Amino acid sequence: MSKFLNLVAGTALASTLIAAPAMAEKYGLGRPALADEIAAWDKDVAPDGTGLPAGSGDVLTGEEVFADNCAICHGDFAEGVDNWPKLAGGAGTLDHDDPLKTVGSYWPYLSTTWDYVNRSMPFGDAQSLSPDEVYAIVAYILYSNDLVDEEFVLSNENFTDVALPNVDGFILDDREVSEKHFWNPEPCMTDCKDSVEITMRALVLDVTPEKSGEDSAAAPAAAEEAAAPVQEAAPEPEVVAVVIDEELAKKGEKVFKKCKACHQVGEGAKNKTGPALNGIVGKTVAMADGFKYSKPMAALGAEGKVWSEEELAAFLTKPKKYLKGTKMSFSGLKKEKDIAAVTEYLKSFQD
Amino acid sequence: MTMSFKGTPSRRAFLKGAVAAGGTVASAGAASAAGDPLITEVQEWASATGEGVDATPYGLPISYESDVVRRNVEWLTADTISSINFTPIHALDGTITPQGCAFERHHSGAIDLKKEDYRLMINGLVDQPLVFTYEDLERFPRENRVYFCECAANTGMEWAGAQLNGAQFTHGMIHNMEYSGIPLRTLLEEAGVQTEGKWVYVEGADASSNGRSIPLEKAMDDVLVAFKANGEALRKEHGYPVRLVVPGWEGNMWIKWLRRIEVTTQAIESREETSKYTDTLANGIARKWTWEMDAKSVVTSPSPQAPIKHGHGPLVITGLAWSGRGAITGVDVSVDGGKTWQEARLGAPGQDKALSRFYLDYNWQGEEMFLQSRAKDSTGYVQPTKTQLRDVRGLNSIYHNNCIQTWWVKSNGEAENVEVS
Repeated sequence: MSKFLNLVAGTALASTLIAAPAMAEKYGLGRPALADEIAAWDKDVAPDGTGLPAGSGDVLTGEEVFADNCAICHGDFAEGVDNWPKLAGGAGTLDHDDPLKTVGSYWPYLSTTWDYVNRSMPFGDAQSLSPDEVYAIVAYILYSNDLVDEEFVLSNENFTDVALPNVDGFILDDREVSEKHFWNPEPCMTDCKDSVEITMRALVLDVTPEKSGEDSAAAPAAAEEAAAPVQEAAPEPEVVAVVIDEELAKKGEKVFKKCKACHQVGEGAKNKTGPALNGIVGKTVAMADGFKYSKPMAALGAEGKVWSEEELAAFLTKPKKYLKGTKMSFSGLKKEKDIAAVTEYLKSFQD
Repeated sequence: MTMSFKGTPSRRAFLKGAVAAGGTVASAGAASAAGDPLITEVQEWASATGEGVDATPYGLPISYESDVVRRNVEWLTADTISSINFTPIHALDGTITPQGCAFERHHSGAIDLKKEDYRLMINGLVDQPLVFTYEDLERFPRENRVYFCECAANTGMEWAGAQLNGAQFTHGMIHNMEYSGIPLRTLLEEAGVQTEGKWVYVEGADASSNGRSIPLEKAMDDVLVAFKANGEALRKEHGYPVRLVVPGWEGNMWIKWLRRIEVTTQAIESREETSKYTDTLANGIARKWTWEMDAKSVVTSPSPQAPIKHGHGPLVITGLAWSGRGAITGVDVSVDGGKTWQEARLGAPGQDKALSRFYLDYNWQGEEMFLQSRAKDSTGYVQPTKTQLRDVRGLNSIYHNNCIQTWWVKSNGEAENVEVS
């Protein structure tokens, strides 16, 4: 156990700290924090339920809220998509190679799940869920882990009755005991081993990123190209001038922060959780190369539907209402001026 | 974020350019019969004029150093917003890490927070909950201290075997800066900690909040609320305008965009101190509150990204060593995979919880080497081998891998990340 823990657990701390404030010099800087300000920021929830607001949510509501807000990354059944975290499963794997650590298999306290969902999720739109929605999502995560049945309702009243399976799966840092032999004032300097053989090589595994900017052939080639006689320029494709309201687009850039968790736009934009958005305004629906759209979205595209500003605004207001079955889990932009701004911003990136 | 700490063997061959020359190239600057034209002929730069002042109001490294940059490992994380990249330690010397290439780790992206919009709240078990502006913080007495910040997951991808081929990737989740800031103790005393207070819960202003619980004992000891690094404002990616500095303890606790400090009776058991940053042992039980970063070192050159490009003869073997428990007192280097060791030279006496630079001035005759380094700290701790660590912790710990690293330096000067018996 670390010496700090000894102090925290013991009474020694009290004696050292009581003295400190008494001797401390005050500078009279800062101002008193107001009760409303503290309430706005002090949102953490401890294992004993300290900090939980009143509210409740059931599994079935949770399933819906989860599908709308979480499933795009965590999967419909909390099983995880791509490299995003899996929230369910993994029971009994902690002593295996590559254990699967989920809320059900690993997390010791339910308060952590509530706190994290409430404070930091959904990714890219944090702090947008109501307490009841958070209770519902957490109830659904419990259900996905086979820890409650589908009638279960989670509330601030019964919250601390729920014990997670791995609550006793943790010990305090014991390195100073279990690794005492690493404190070895006189390490071996000569004849420390008989032979040295290679047992594993990184090159065999070959997972190191390539070093960029090292292609020595590229520079001379580019120079030659520049020196080559200029070919007769091909006629420029006719470009319809798009006049961008720069100020509005700038506001849109801020709104786009809500979208960035899933979408890229601009030079080098790639498909991520959502499709790349270059040239989206005025483009036929579901046309990003290589993106796997939901069936309803692909069908819209096949019909020849175009993302006009009006269609885009309708979609962004309430994506799930506009198109049932869309993979986009974002709940929608509530303010018309935000939609106008983000559309202007998107217009500034053509293909 | 989830890191999958094992790569798939589908990635293409690595670093071709870096090792192409190998050790066979003749020494640059050798004189031909006619003399070196760089000396015998008047060069353009010795004749014409250079750039005037103000060409770059804030200077960047010269273009020839464009390769000395942070890099990430794409397959580690789902995207770059909740991700990490790596300091190019293979290409740096000395001990201070320039901010511009110091590794970044975000849980919900680097946010843009103006000083004018900055507020720091202290609440919980205090006599007077307080709110400070950035200007308020600048009026408290401040200190300057150099500390390393290492992500607990540094070297985490190497638990199961040699995996990433470069010191930047195996050991680059670290930086070392000189911080200017206020002791956290000063701010806590300003609010007046009540006797029931045993912990502080600290959180950031970003969407992840990245809340962590720190025992009051540590908070009153050497923790800093910092607003400058290496003499200038913190970079956005390192928590501008204010971050927490928690000397010797895992980087995840160094809250960026610090917005709130709450004095509590108990640990909050946030996501980052339960589901993450806990160390699963072979029996499935996990250690928690493993805050200190144990003594560790790595040879930064030669290494896979920094092969030997000169001929036989004098070779500078160099690297970094650090300990979260105290100062580095010595570093041993082995060229034969740990059969024999010799004491390296420290660039300067070790400082508490800061990086030390070590050198071994070596006469290399083209022989293959299994290069290793072994750090020793002021508590008597000696950096363990990978085998010793696995014997205690198994293969699934992810965090706190401080094992001895081996580079296999071949006769052509190339180096590879290997494990040896």
